[in-house]
Amino acid sequence: MNVNWFKFASPPAFYSLAGRLIPIFWGLTLTLLVIGLYWGFFQTTDQLGGSNPQKEYYRIIFIHVSSAWMSMWLYFVMVVWAAIGLVFNTRLSFMMAKAIAPTGAVFTFLALWTGAFWGRPSWGTYWDWDPRLTSELVLFFMYIGYIALHSAIDDIRRADRASALLAIVGLVMVPVIFWSINCPDPNQCAALHQRSNLTKIDGNILFAMLTMSLAFWMYSFAATFMRLRSLILTREAESIWVRELLTQRGEQ
Amino acid sequence: MVEFFVQGGYAFFVWGAYGVTALLLVAEVIQLRAQRRALFVRLNRLNRTRELDKNQ
Repeated sequence: MNVNWFKFASPPAFYSLAGRLIPIFWGLTLTLLVIGLYWGFFQTTDQLGGSNPQKEYYRIIFIHVSSAWMSMWLYFVMVVWAAIGLVFNTRLSFMMAKAIAPTGAVFTFLALWTGAFWGRPSWGTYWDWDPRLTSELVLFFMYIGYIALHSAIDDIRRADRASALLAIVGLVMVPVIFWSINCPDPNQCAALHQRSNLTKIDGNILFAMLTMSLAFWMYSFAATFMRLRSLILTREAESIWVRELLTQRGEQ
Repeated sequence: MVEFFVQGGYAFFVWGAYGVTALLLVAEVIQLRAQRRALFVRLNRLNRTRELDKNQ
């Protein structure tokens, strides 16, 4: 199969490609959500009894870990597109970065929110200035800062470049969040937050957790592409292909 | 069934976490759809203005 990938770097080509992909991503999101939630709520009930009994609030793990992973992953992807935009000066890359930010901010907020609702019954507090929690909060402010800076500059090209630079600087938060609980010497981590070790997790819980993470990932594709399509139309409003698109839609 | 909603007495925390997650994700999609509809209204108006300019 010979695909010319550069073809999709042009906004009109990507606009129609994204339009065809969005329903597929919605289908995947819903399927994975149903599987993940069913598995998480009904196939992990053996965790409630036995030698190391969990309380029911362990079920928050399926959305908490998934949204926390997405918050860091989406930031990384956003920075990659912002950097590509700065280096190659491609219009679509900047739009891609801008389209990811709000969804990333939502998942960062959800990681904090679900963490608070898990922390209260398990640690006895909704919030603590623990390194993991604090660095995740800073990541949330990075997203907000990126969105705010972009909307504060009228000239779109300057807004794209300035906020791309800010996003790249903020990338330093992602390894900080990761090592805030996974530092080599546990005595050096004054963290309340549990260390993460995927090999120690019960198989059923891990399966539900990974399925939910995939569901959130597919959701991110769908939501980001929807936002990207609106963004492309807004920025290309004067172009001939958008006018043709409007005429075609009008005739339907 | 009741057992499922009670979540062993932790209903507030479990459903508080799941509820807000569902709410925000659904709200984001509704906002995106509304944004697209509003955008087409604006673009169509822009297009009509252009056609009028051309005919004059």
